[in-house]
Amino acid sequence: MKTIQELNDIRKQMRAELNLDGKTNSNIRVTVGLATCGIAAGAEPVFKAFQKEVKRLGLTNVKIIQSGCLGMCKHEPMVEVTEAGKEKVTYIALAADSAKRIAEEHLAGGKPVMDFVIGNE
Amino acid sequence: MAEINKCLDKTDFMKKQYRVALQNSGVINPENIDEYIAYDGYQALAKALTELTPQQVVDTIKDSGLRGRGGGGFPTGTKWQFALNQKNDTKFVCCNADEGDPGAFMDRSILEGDPHCLIEAMTIAGYAIGAKQGYVYIRAEYPVAVKRLQIAITQAKKYGFLGKNIFGSKHCFDLEIRLGSGAFVCGEETALMTSIEGNRGEPRVRPPFPAVKGLFGKPTVLNNVETFANIPPILLKGAKWLQGMGTEKSKGTKVFALGGKINNTGLVEIAMGTTLRTVIDEIGGGIPDGKKFKAAQTGGPSGGCIPAQHLDVPIDYDNLIALGSMMGSGGLIVMDEDNCMVDIAKFFLDFTKEESCGKCTPCRVGTTRLLEYLEKITEGKATMKDLDDMEALCEYIKDASLCGLGQTAPNPVLSTLKYFREEYEAHVKDNTCPAGICKSLLSYVVNDKCIGCTLCKRKCPVDAITGAVKEKHFIDMQKCIKCGVCMDICKFKAIDKK
Ligand SMILES: Cc1cc2nc3c(=O)[nH]c(=O)nc-3n(C[C@H](O)[C@H](O)[C@H](O)COP(=O)(O)O)c2cc1C
Ligand code: SF4
Ligand code: SF4
Repeated sequence: MKTIQELNDIRKQMRAELNLDGKTNSNIRVTVGLATCGIAAGAEPVFKAFQKEVKRLGLTNVKIIQSGCLGMCKHEPMVEVTEAGKEKVTYIALAADSAKRIAEEHLAGGKPVMDFVIGNE
Repeated sequence: MAEINKCLDKTDFMKKQYRVALQNSGVINPENIDEYIAYDGYQALAKALTELTPQQVVDTIKDSGLRGRGGGGFPTGTKWQFALNQKNDTKFVCCNADEGDPGAFMDRSILEGDPHCLIEAMTIAGYAIGAKQGYVYIRAEYPVAVKRLQIAITQAKKYGFLGKNIFGSKHCFDLEIRLGSGAFVCGEETALMTSIEGNRGEPRVRPPFPAVKGLFGKPTVLNNVETFANIPPILLKGAKWLQGMGTEKSKGTKVFALGGKINNTGLVEIAMGTTLRTVIDEIGGGIPDGKKFKAAQTGGPSGGCIPAQHLDVPIDYDNLIALGSMMGSGGLIVMDEDNCMVDIAKFFLDFTKEESCGKCTPCRVGTTRLLEYLEKITEGKATMKDLDDMEALCEYIKDASLCGLGQTAPNPVLSTLKYFREEYEAHVKDNTCPAGICKSLLSYVVNDKCIGCTLCKRKCPVDAITGAVKEKHFIDMQKCIKCGVCMDICKFKAIDKK
């Protein structure tokens, strides 16, 4: 059973991990919208493809996370990349085979793949 | 070259939204309790249990002005106060996650994206009213939501946020999931509780209200998923914070499932008081193919259609009711010039007629009769007297039905009659469907542009088209099923729909 102190410790530790504490680390977070809507649009293979690519490239600072619905049905499957000190990047309508390019050029290379970003629909 | 926007938050879709109930959805991993904690998860529970008395929790919710998001808009704090006032050792907290409105998925998204906020809120509610047990009634058609909520419950138990002496306090609370099989009427509060008790989900007379005599005859608070999702932020940020958002009598935000003839279909959360025009034109990105807006349907099968002249009305509970619709649980369907309003009313009546539990006659027989009138109208067989009789029947069903399903079932008919009466009259008097939807009133005719290419003749699924090569073709209206294939494929625009 957790005490309030323990709750606050977890909060502090997680906020650091998620880059929410003002300090920064080199973690990259890739969230894949995996609610019923995303799954129906094919987000599961996209999720798996990102996991595979990140492993293949040995990117230990990158975490692939499943999350809920972002709200924009027509753009599913959607993936967001968050990184300390940088603007969030939203990729839309991804297929599993786009994971390779994004992993190589963006997650490893630091350059967002403009072909797949939301403003380029 | 203008810079390409890379971020969802900067789109028009997001900029006019205000996220409270959906704040963590799409942000955190719903299967990881630590991520919820990182975003202040379970802080509100800790605060309630260690700093506030149950009465103070209820007062905060009352002061915030929060009203139920499941349809009726009843003040949540007042409901909790009724239950707190009951002297009884056994009380319950229930969550309505039945979400029966066709096309709605607000509650599902919260459950799938942020299940811990529901657990935290229900545990707070348990403390506030003195309940040790909670139930989440959720439809079995939501397997992902059920799975994620189950995982979240297990994690919360492990951390001691559910169970005995939470945060070392005297408060004990447990939570269980109950699966419903998707009958619309089981979303009605008394039917829902009867269903949890293991009986056939039929509504019963109120009073007694659930806060006095609810689940297993005990005082019970029942709230919608989205209502609960507002509780932790209110406790953390204070009643004034919610007070400051919205209109005079509707505070905070509302989530809508935006659908129909709109460019950005999806899930949107807006501050109360936002206009329909903002939701449709800015967040929704307008109507596809340059078509003209005709009406917005809110409130699902219990609601109504709001026409263009009221697009600038601020969305809140009372304004929508004044317009003959209602907030409902958050369905928002946009219709354009190609939608027939009689057909829309028929769609909803078809739904309520099927979903009527049959317990009371005004609803069971009334919705069937109402649907028959609508069918007659769409087939061009109705008289003007039928229109008047139908309207009178609507009032009768509203007044005499036992539960909300029957009491609101005529709303789709009444509101379309109110704003689009001329469209009903066109069906009746002129035997035409102005929007070109009602099949019985349509005919497909070959015009003089026909060069006799025989393409339509070969593609017609029922061989309704005759004609020799290079001669004008002819459609046999007795055989034609009005599928529209011929008109779509003709390269010479030689077929008209009338
Ligand atoms: C036919 C019918 C269906 C309903 N379906 C739902 C539903 O799916 N979800 C919901 O929260 N409320 C539904 N309601 C409203 C509930 O009866 C109840 O008012 C609500 O859950 C209370 O929670 P709230 O005060 O938080 O809105 C329905 C009501 C009726 C009459
Ligand atoms: S109004 Fe309809 S759904 Fe409600 S109790 Fe009567 S028959 Fe059943
Ligand atoms: S509308 Fe369909 S059924 Fe009628 S004539 Fe054309 S193709 Fe045949």
